[in-house]
Amino acid sequence: MKQGRLNLVLGGAITALLVGMALASLVWTPYPPTHIDIVHRLAAPSAAHWLGTDPFGRDVLSMIMAGARSSLSVALIAVAVGAGIGIPLGALAAAGGEWVDQAVMRASDLAFAFPALLTAVMIAALAGPGEANAMLAIGIFNIPVFARVTRGAALSVRERDYITAARAVGRSETAVMLRHVLPNISAMLLVQVTIQFALAIVADAGLAYVGLGTQPPDPSWGRMLNDAQTFVFHAPLLAVFPGLAITLAVLGLNLLGDGLRDRLDPRGR
Amino acid sequence: MTRFLLRRVIGLVLTLLAASLVVFLVLDILPGDPASLMLGTAARPDTLAALRHQMGFDQSAGLRYALWVAGLAHGDFGISYTYGVPVAGLIGARVMVSLPLALMAITLSTLIAIPVGAITAARRGQAVDAGLMGLAQLGVAVPNFWLGLLFILFFSVQLAWLPAGGFAGWDKGAIAALRSLLLPALALALPQAAILARVTRSAVLETLDQDYVRTALAKGVTGAGVLWRHALPNAFIPVVTVLGLQFGFLLAGTVIIENVFSLPGLGRLIFQAVAQRDLIVVQDLVVLLAGSVIVVNFLVDLAYFWLDPRLSRDAAR
Amino acid sequence: MIRTFAVVLAALLAAASAQAKDSLSLGMVLEPPHLDPTAGAASAIREVTYANIYEGLVRIDAMGKVQPALAASWTISPDGLTYTFRLRTGVTFHDGAPFDCATVMFSYGRAAAADSVNAQKGLFEPIARTDCPDPATAVVTLKRPTASFLFGMGWGDAAMLSPASVATDKTNPVGTGPFRFTRWVRGDRIELERFPGYWGAAPKLTTVTFRFITDPTAAVAAVLAGDLDAFPNFPAPEALDRVRADSRFTVVVGTTEGKTILALNDARKPFDDVRVRRALAYAIDRRALIEAVMSGYGAPIGSHYVPTDPGYVDLTGVYPYDPARAKALLAEAGVRPGTTITIKLPPPAYARRGGEVIAAYLEQVGITAKLVPVEWAQWLDTVFRRSDFDATVISHTEARDLDIYARDTYYFNYHSEPYRALFRDYQAAVDPRRQLDLVGQLQRRLAEDEPNVFLFALAKVGVWNAGLRGMWTNSPIPANDVTAVSWAE
Repeated sequence: MKQGRLNLVLGGAITALLVGMALASLVWTPYPPTHIDIVHRLAAPSAAHWLGTDPFGRDVLSMIMAGARSSLSVALIAVAVGAGIGIPLGALAAAGGEWVDQAVMRASDLAFAFPALLTAVMIAALAGPGEANAMLAIGIFNIPVFARVTRGAALSVRERDYITAARAVGRSETAVMLRHVLPNISAMLLVQVTIQFALAIVADAGLAYVGLGTQPPDPSWGRMLNDAQTFVFHAPLLAVFPGLAITLAVLGLNLLGDGLRDRLDPRGR
Repeated sequence: MTRFLLRRVIGLVLTLLAASLVVFLVLDILPGDPASLMLGTAARPDTLAALRHQMGFDQSAGLRYALWVAGLAHGDFGISYTYGVPVAGLIGARVMVSLPLALMAITLSTLIAIPVGAITAARRGQAVDAGLMGLAQLGVAVPNFWLGLLFILFFSVQLAWLPAGGFAGWDKGAIAALRSLLLPALALALPQAAILARVTRSAVLETLDQDYVRTALAKGVTGAGVLWRHALPNAFIPVVTVLGLQFGFLLAGTVIIENVFSLPGLGRLIFQAVAQRDLIVVQDLVVLLAGSVIVVNFLVDLAYFWLDPRLSRDAAR
Repeated sequence: MIRTFAVVLAALLAAASAQAKDSLSLGMVLEPPHLDPTAGAASAIREVTYANIYEGLVRIDAMGKVQPALAASWTISPDGLTYTFRLRTGVTFHDGAPFDCATVMFSYGRAAAADSVNAQKGLFEPIARTDCPDPATAVVTLKRPTASFLFGMGWGDAAMLSPASVATDKTNPVGTGPFRFTRWVRGDRIELERFPGYWGAAPKLTTVTFRFITDPTAAVAAVLAGDLDAFPNFPAPEALDRVRADSRFTVVVGTTEGKTILALNDARKPFDDVRVRRALAYAIDRRALIEAVMSGYGAPIGSHYVPTDPGYVDLTGVYPYDPARAKALLAEAGVRPGTTITIKLPPPAYARRGGEVIAAYLEQVGITAKLVPVEWAQWLDTVFRRSDFDATVISHTEARDLDIYARDTYYFNYHSEPYRALFRDYQAAVDPRRQLDLVGQLQRRLAEDEPNVFLFALAKVGVWNAGLRGMWTNSPIPANDVTAVSWAE
């Protein structure tokens, strides 16, 4: 229990820091994140530029702050798409008859076969790369994830006595699902949301790294890592900071998820 | 039992067909065609038309889909638009890089994860457990491509021990080839191992609580013996499940890692084919990769069935 | 035991190959799609095959001059219409097929035919007919005098192909050059070996391997590890510092024909107004751009012509960096601050990175540039063929291509009657001095109208083993001509 509490606090703090940084970047960054200053290119970390500057003389700290905004918004939309479509589908599969269940689950098998990267490759070929591409590709992959989790949890909850009782007194399937089943599994879904959020941040960075995600001049962590790679010989730190930011963000969300799980479901690990 | 299997196999084939249709539909409406790319800026309408005809691009979409799927069904992947050679050969050569890389990553991650999971479970609550699980928590959070970049920074740029990328080629000998795969495989394996170690630990903990393990302990079997002979084999199901579920991530990770280390694998091929509008190669690759995820999930389902007798009773019902 | 043996064997082999010094392993960024330069535009095809595998009647040398190749000599009639080529005799293709005037007739005829898929079909368009008075003489008659004809016949697109092997040249190229094709490991390498039946002086090298490495970091690593002897067109100069510090290697900065421009759609508002185009030219600091994008490698240009070409006029001072002037011009033209334009960026680093820097400069004069990265296929389709763009960053690599500004339809939509008249005069001019004078006037006209913002000439940054001799420093045409390359004793 103590460990769970620590996870919750630490995870919550890191996540809050991240969100705070992203929000702050909307109104203030040390320098404008896209401001180019060629005279001061590739500067080492200093009082003027805490994390140094990139090959165009842009301030790395400012770019990381703006990158947090980009990363979080991609993850937010991707998870919203996945949960918004996946949860109702999963509930439908659990409550509907066998055919509905089969149809939803086979479709979800199909969607599950396309990792975000493959979808993003296709969308990028079709509509060009970009932030929206990443949101959509990761979002589509999240749909079957949420559908499966919801269906599984709903099926197990539905067999509990009080829900069988509710059905026995004549409540409709929809009412049972909305009033009794979903509230019962909402804790579990919340945990899943934090997990998918963390995965979405990694996926977003990966897509941006290979050039399928957020595009310049909008700063993004994955993009910064890609740009840094050709400079590893004389500005190795450029390849360190954005990766640290991603790791920290994912770590925070994972800790938060673990903490939530322990708190909401004491039987867990 | 056979009815269940049959149903699953039919489902598998239908899913694969649906995947191929999705891929074809998406890619068929792409802007830009390979003929215009090959002829570049000085192309003229007459040379374009001539080349399109040469490449069979003046046939209808339906016909092209039918021909493609019929070909796939008996192993003919078609002819690459850009290279003009069979796609099967192109993919075959790249598989010789990607598959060893993925296998190396899976092997390394399992070799690291299972002992770590078992040890931490056995020493639950002790310093070893806390330390290793803290490390695993961190490991799960590290993106594999960044880890790859850090490896390049450290092992190639600073120490100059291992190549910063590129593939020596199998004809230079297995040692040289494996050397160029070592860093990318490690970068893929470590975050994977962190996830697996956590799963192994909790699965082992769960079985350690079960009656038969308690009985064995009561009978005087040593702790280590119980761990290796009883708890670990039973922790197998969740580990296999997670390996299966992670397969898609491993695939995506391989594609990205190949870009980090500039390895001539399937991942490089797919980006190159998209850039060159070599649609047939893109189609084949996406279907191949998505298909492998579908097949692996199918195999995991079957493995369940085998490992857990309760499930086969359910299915027989 | 077996492993020890393998290690020893590998070491022995490595020692043996180190001693021989008659092989060359050369790095390239892009892999060619196929190996027939008469059926595709990709530079990579020429970078493998030019002069090494295939030869034309004439060839372009390292300085961009026309030299004899399969034609030992030629004469041009005073009216500039008839070219009489004296062909070399006893020349055979790698498969034993003979080369003579019939081959010339076949190759030029195929390039100009109705079903031709030659990427530079336009080069052959002035040809009225090709005649063979005897097997060792080819007489090419033109429809009109064409100043650039001979230069064009030196391009890879005008290579001599044998009718016997033309159908399979894409995957198994057969030419008359000093090297013949041996193996292609797709995605990795192409191998050539010395052709013993070559008509000319035998090359010093016995084998040449072209290896394809896209990632600059991996390329540097391969050079440092000795896996590559040379990387003649290094993609990312910023990654070269490591190599520079190492005395085993030479880093050579040469020139190319790559005119990097911010191409503008002159048919679209606001770029239909010359004041806006000039404003953009004032708004961008070319030196700083070269510094940021190419680590300082590259030369500013003031029109669509590079300093190494004959008749170059330095016009880089016409629009010095002057944001205040740019703002004033924009205001005069009625372009409000906050106006948004879209810049489409093809994949190369000069475009993607250049676009970022240009956007930052335009922001300072009140123009917001939205950057849209596109693949080559999309760029060709939307920008080049359909002219559907505001602006794009692109490097025109064809040599001396002033003609594109005289065309009726070309993607940036520059229509200037005075320019066209000048260009007609230039094409018809037979006197070399008159030609040079007209080339100068054409450049001035372009700088005056600034149909596109002329940025810089791409540098050719090459790195190779210090023991290598005879590598090309400059890149007058896309090629890795290794026929004269050797190792120092």
